[in-house]
Amino acid sequence: MFNKDQWNEILEALSAKPLRTFITAFGVFWGITILVILLSASTGLENGVKRGFGGMSTNSMFIWTNSTSKPYKGLPQGRYFNYKNGDIDALKREFSQLKYVSPRNQLGGFRGSNNVVRGTKTGAYNVYGDYPEYILQQPMKITKGRFLNYTDINQKRKIAVIGEGIIRELYEPGENVLGTYVKVNGVNFMVVGVYKSISTMGGDSEEKGKEIYTPFTSFQQAFNYGDIVGWMAITAKDDYPITDLKPKILELLKERHTIAPTDDRAIGNFDLYAEYSKINGLFGILKAVSYIVGGLILLSGVIGIINIMLIVVKERTKEIGIRRALGATPWDIKKQILTESVVLSLLAGMAGIIFSTLIILLANSILDGLPDASEVMFANPSISLTVVVIALLILVLSGLIAGFIPARTAVKTKPIDALRTE
Amino acid sequence: MIEIKDLHKSYQTGSSSLHVLKGINFNVAEGELVAIMGSSGSGKSTLLNILGILDEADSGSYILDGVPIKNLNETVASRYRNKFLGFVFQSFNLINYKTALDNVALPLYYQGVNAKDRAEIAMSYLEKVGLASHSHHLPNELSGGQKQRVAIARALASHPKVLLADEPTGALDTTTSYEVMELIQGINDEGKTILIVTHEPDIAAMCKRNVILKDGLIIEDKQIVQQRAKLYV
Repeated sequence: MFNKDQWNEILEALSAKPLRTFITAFGVFWGITILVILLSASTGLENGVKRGFGGMSTNSMFIWTNSTSKPYKGLPQGRYFNYKNGDIDALKREFSQLKYVSPRNQLGGFRGSNNVVRGTKTGAYNVYGDYPEYILQQPMKITKGRFLNYTDINQKRKIAVIGEGIIRELYEPGENVLGTYVKVNGVNFMVVGVYKSISTMGGDSEEKGKEIYTPFTSFQQAFNYGDIVGWMAITAKDDYPITDLKPKILELLKERHTIAPTDDRAIGNFDLYAEYSKINGLFGILKAVSYIVGGLILLSGVIGIINIMLIVVKERTKEIGIRRALGATPWDIKKQILTESVVLSLLAGMAGIIFSTLIILLANSILDGLPDASEVMFANPSISLTVVVIALLILVLSGLIAGFIPARTAVKTKPIDALRTE
Repeated sequence: MIEIKDLHKSYQTGSSSLHVLKGINFNVAEGELVAIMGSSGSGKSTLLNILGILDEADSGSYILDGVPIKNLNETVASRYRNKFLGFVFQSFNLINYKTALDNVALPLYYQGVNAKDRAEIAMSYLEKVGLASHSHHLPNELSGGQKQRVAIARALASHPKVLLADEPTGALDTTTSYEVMELIQGINDEGKTILIVTHEPDIAAMCKRNVILKDGLIIEDKQIVQQRAKLYV
């Protein structure tokens, strides 16, 4: 369909009235620019907010225990209970859809008393008993040494992975950390690793940098927990939303701990997936709004092209008459009008894509230049190739639509009447 | 070459109908140079438009080079115009943003001739009308006579069977008119069939046959002794 001659015809026709061509093209240029910038801005916002999750496994939930709120099978209301190691095995056995079931125990906490001693320095930190999988659920950066492993669990090694925030408080600058000991509630743990928190969600990254991770089994033994499990972090496999599994998991745990099936308060839980889904939904809406607003602006550009093409056809009625007298078929004429409008909108659109990409580039370099870029709820505004392809398809389509009405008008006039027009 | 039998054409203007052609019978053999004359409103332009497949008759038959021209759709009509006919208009009708060469090449473009051959053929016809040196001029850089020569070259470029000229000298002064007629006579001498609509007797005298229309009928159809335009230039 496209040969050199046709390109020449189109370029000649478009460059015959350069100013008008430019102004017409500007409508589409502007529309596509706005569309691309809106989409990339919403991507940027999404990236910024999701960065806050710090790579956390979002298909996760956390469950802990409260006191029961209903009497059941002779047991009173207001009874306290604890999860046991057996619950972990039962969950893993009953639910093959679960990826990780990490039991956790915790010492210290918000405004806790000093519980960690190293030489003459003391501090109050959260101390956790954890399984090696925990780093997959809540990613952190190991800056020195290593995280926990299963040998630690099996041999109940008294080792610890500590946060960089603790090193600042308990160690001298430049001191070698690995291999040193910290005393937690009177029990010595050897430091084998140092981590750095990468999540900013909740805004307590300062706190998160001051935690101590020890093997779960060592923790239970060292601090007299028996087989008590404080709480659990449960992650399901990617294809099974944890929100769907939650009722069954709770049911199983209630049964194991003799809790009334209707007691909704005995087991506390936080469903990260539900929260994440809400945010995802929000961005879905934002994206849809971007498409609609950008699309509508683009539409006004397309209407501009329709208008101009109608005028062009009107102006060139005589020329079209001449061409038809010389043997141009109606399809020849239609084809030319259509390709003219498609080329016009494509050129304008590509210019718009390039222009908006430059703006995004500028925005990115400004964002990168910010001193604490991670604090901004906006990161890496970008536009995917898919969106560019979609935009180009929209352009071709709108060019065809824009050319369709004028093309029909162009061949509607009989050649003899077209020749008579002055 | 052209056979017309009992051709009728009327135009509807609002409620009244205007009967323009009231039964034309008319044959043109190959190699003729015919002047169609008549006062305005006699139907000569309508006849030419029907001959040029730009308009269709209400009744009667029209056979062009053995092909009946009847109930054609616009696409077929375009092909026939391209293949059989060359047009020369009073107002030249050149496309003003194309050079002389590109204008001449346009019918070839619609024939699907490739760019190189097109330029060659177009150039040879420009040479024929003596404007090879102006091939890259735009129409507004040419005089009236030059424009009409370009238009004639364009009409010839597609190698048509019949050349149809609607008042080809109507917009030109006498000297230029005779130059254009000289060119047309030369083309006719090579065997091309040419029909000219004119109301100027001196132009008609330079043809080989005069057909005079009045009120939609042929009132006179005679062979004449051709005046060579060269003598007047």
